Amino acid sequence: MASVTWTRKASRRRFNRMPAAPMYGRLPIVKMLLVTIALTVVISAVMVPINWNGQGASTAAPKIDHLLNVMIVLSSFVFSLVMVMLFYALWKFKAKPGDESDGEPIHGNTRLEIAWTLIPTIIVLFAGGYSWKVLDDIEESKPEGQYLTVAVFSQQFAWSFAYPGKDYAWSEGELHVPVNRQVQFKMHALDVIHSFWVPEWRIKKDNVPGITTTAIVTPDKVGTYQLVCTELCGFGHATMRAKVVVEPYGKWEKWVEGLDREAPKELMETVEVDSATNPPALGAGGA
Amino acid sequence: MVDAIKRPGWWRGLLGAIAFGAFGFGLVIALRAISDLPLYQTEQTGYPHIIVPAVTAPLGFLAGFGCFDYWLRWAAGMPTIPEDHSQHGAKSWKDYFRFNTDHKVIGVQYVVTTFIFFFIGGLMAMLIRAELAQPGTQIVEAATYNSLFSTHAVLMIFVFVIPVFAGLANYVLPLMIGAPDMAFPRLNALSFWMLPLAGLLFIGSFLAPGGAFDAGWTGYAPLSTGAPLGQSFFNLGVQFAGASSIATALNFLVTIITMRAPGMTFWRMPLLVWANLSTSLLVVAATPFIAGVQFMVLFDRALHTNFFQFAGGGDVISYQHIFWFYSHPAVYIMMLPGFGIISEVISTHARKPIFGYRLMALALIGIVVLSYSVWAHHMFVAGMFSWLRVPMMITTLLIAVPTGIKIFSWLGTLYFGKIHTYSTAMLFALAFIVTFTIGGISGVMLGMVPIDIHVSDTYFIVAHIHFVLFGGSVFTIFAGVYHWFPKMTGRMYDEKLGRVHFWGTLIGTWGTFVPMHWVGMDGMPRRVADYAEQFGNWNLMISAFAFMLGAVQLVFLYNMVVSWRYGPKAEANPWRANSIEWQVSSPPPIFNFDEIPRVVGGPYEFGIPGAKHAIMAGEGAEVPEGEKSVVGSTS
Repeated sequence: MASVTWTRKASRRRFNRMPAAPMYGRLPIVKMLLVTIALTVVISAVMVPINWNGQGASTAAPKIDHLLNVMIVLSSFVFSLVMVMLFYALWKFKAKPGDESDGEPIHGNTRLEIAWTLIPTIIVLFAGGYSWKVLDDIEESKPEGQYLTVAVFSQQFAWSFAYPGKDYAWSEGELHVPVNRQVQFKMHALDVIHSFWVPEWRIKKDNVPGITTTAIVTPDKVGTYQLVCTELCGFGHATMRAKVVVEPYGKWEKWVEGLDREAPKELMETVEVDSATNPPALGAGGA
Repeated sequence: MVDAIKRPGWWRGLLGAIAFGAFGFGLVIALRAISDLPLYQTEQTGYPHIIVPAVTAPLGFLAGFGCFDYWLRWAAGMPTIPEDHSQHGAKSWKDYFRFNTDHKVIGVQYVVTTFIFFFIGGLMAMLIRAELAQPGTQIVEAATYNSLFSTHAVLMIFVFVIPVFAGLANYVLPLMIGAPDMAFPRLNALSFWMLPLAGLLFIGSFLAPGGAFDAGWTGYAPLSTGAPLGQSFFNLGVQFAGASSIATALNFLVTIITMRAPGMTFWRMPLLVWANLSTSLLVVAATPFIAGVQFMVLFDRALHTNFFQFAGGGDVISYQHIFWFYSHPAVYIMMLPGFGIISEVISTHARKPIFGYRLMALALIGIVVLSYSVWAHHMFVAGMFSWLRVPMMITTLLIAVPTGIKIFSWLGTLYFGKIHTYSTAMLFALAFIVTFTIGGISGVMLGMVPIDIHVSDTYFIVAHIHFVLFGGSVFTIFAGVYHWFPKMTGRMYDEKLGRVHFWGTLIGTWGTFVPMHWVGMDGMPRRVADYAEQFGNWNLMISAFAFMLGAVQLVFLYNMVVSWRYGPKAEANPWRANSIEWQVSSPPPIFNFDEIPRVVGGPYEFGIPGAKHAIMAGEGAEVPEGEKSVVGSTS
């Protein structure tokens, strides 16, 4: 027993960190931090103004883009810190040619190790909390009656849409929605999984055979966009696109009235079945 | 000839494959005949007369090749052939083509085989980039394109990155812990020989009617359950690759836990050993899930079970849950051994102890634990229960913490060291820190649900996985191969060519994968043979860098092959490292050690006068006073 205690002590002495006495030289910590911050500012100043996600055309877009910008600044800081630490070390501690001696036998520094465990934890928890808030924001459902429901049907390799109103007007390969009104897409896949994505809306959701999934979007810019399938669905995947038109409400209403086809009955029946056996709609409780 | 067929080896293996294959085929046909069914079922997902032989023929090969001889004799009560060690060591190149139970031979077999698959998978990547250089369809049609990127991913993941780490560890790990071999040498050999069979099944699927599997390496149902025959080859190949890695992981666990040299306490194990311990814990618990889920898909296809067919009451999304419950830990299976390699290389070439050794080991364990709780971050837009997303986001972000600890500790290791950058291994290790940091940052961004909703299934994902798997794992593989090349071959490689390879790879990696982030965020989905005109210029640039990246790998190939044959002879310890594998000759003696070394200190005691990691046989066995109580205890 005694020897075990001794061993533990010995190993603690061995591993426990920088011995108190010798100083190995000072690091220009303040200068390194200043360079890190300067580099962070430069990288952020270059990257934040660029509109990475392209044009935005929904109320979710600016929120997601803003979150991205916050992450760009935080990430620039982390990246700059790593770069400054790495290149300072390479510049300062590079061995002279022919130098076969060893470095200083430093085994660690408890305070530093606690710091680089705790600070990243705080940063990622902040990022997580902020993301959660944005997620709740962009998926917040308007009370019943204040949003429009459009049914989406996807199949290899085409999109179809059914609109509310008399007998579910039906359009193929072309989606029209009114501007500045929340639309809840109730999505159904008829064969394999497809995914509904309009890059300008920043919203994406898989269409899954057998269940109904929901995407909530409030388009806020009139225009023509493209609906892209983003889940591999077979040889036609790359060309599985649809035209998306966002237009003023009156114009949209007229367009829907002008549609001369109805949604196939058997499809609308599956919709009912799907909805009955479904996980609770996305956005119902926020998270 | 008769003699050749009686002896275990290629002839008997071939015969076994034919016999077992014919048996499987005959069984299916006979059963169908007595059931009054048409003899050949050639609906899209059917083909039982091909699927069954595709299982039995590889097993027949393994049996004929001699993988089961010892066990079968023992099980049947026949006198076992006593181990005469004729299956140990390699005297000529021919011995690498035999059933060999020497961990060093198996290590080399692994590394060479996996690199062959790396180059085949790389050629597929070149074809993919050739097709994507311009919008529109030029080289391959869409269906073939889908097969190409699916097989590219599957070859790289299942028969390159995962097993090449097993190969490197196979060679150096027993030496590092002072063991004469792995705990189960015959199981070790069997694990290796299952691997080329898995690769052959993956590549062989190109011959199947309907082409190779084309549902992506993720093989999401119901696209995979309804896909042509090639998909079944994927389902089966994964079984062989999975069984191989589970058996290897068990082998590593038992070896590490029970076969450490006297004095090698857990806290004296090199970090590579810690890394493989953690990886093996992941493999044994997670890999059965992918084996299971691929069987379920195969049964849906061939036996019309209804696990994932919604029309029959199956649950489509449950495929993804089971799949990612393996495949997220799998990304750490592909990264943790690399972390171990980087620790060895950086400590040795900075001439300094690893900074915060214990926290480094604990961070590995932390990653193992956390990695089981993050899988659904691959499914933020998949239509699963929406409340599951936030907890999965939090755990995903938290896993950045232990990963960050590792990055900072490697950087800390450099400080007050004597950094040598003459070795290509060290260059790859340093570049790994930079590139992997980028991959980690994009990983954190992907972990955040709102950002993920936008970029999921776009080229941003392709960029991220290649930054972590190529800029991460493959850089560590190169670092490991260069670092232990002298030990494994007994020759030195050419550092000048190594530098050409390094800079070409670094520039190629960044040039290829950085712009992929941009086109992805801007709206280009992944897994498409064709794309909008607006992404044309970026894709042309990406392809140009990709070809450069591919070409420069030939420099690596040349360097390895020529140096192995003609390189200058390597000393035992060219990098002046401390760990035990460098204290024996290069290449090591056939049974590793004349006498098991005694471990008397930590593995990275650089700069401490008189400090020693291990006392080898024949060395003045002066155990420092006070260390005597430690020698002989193993925990």
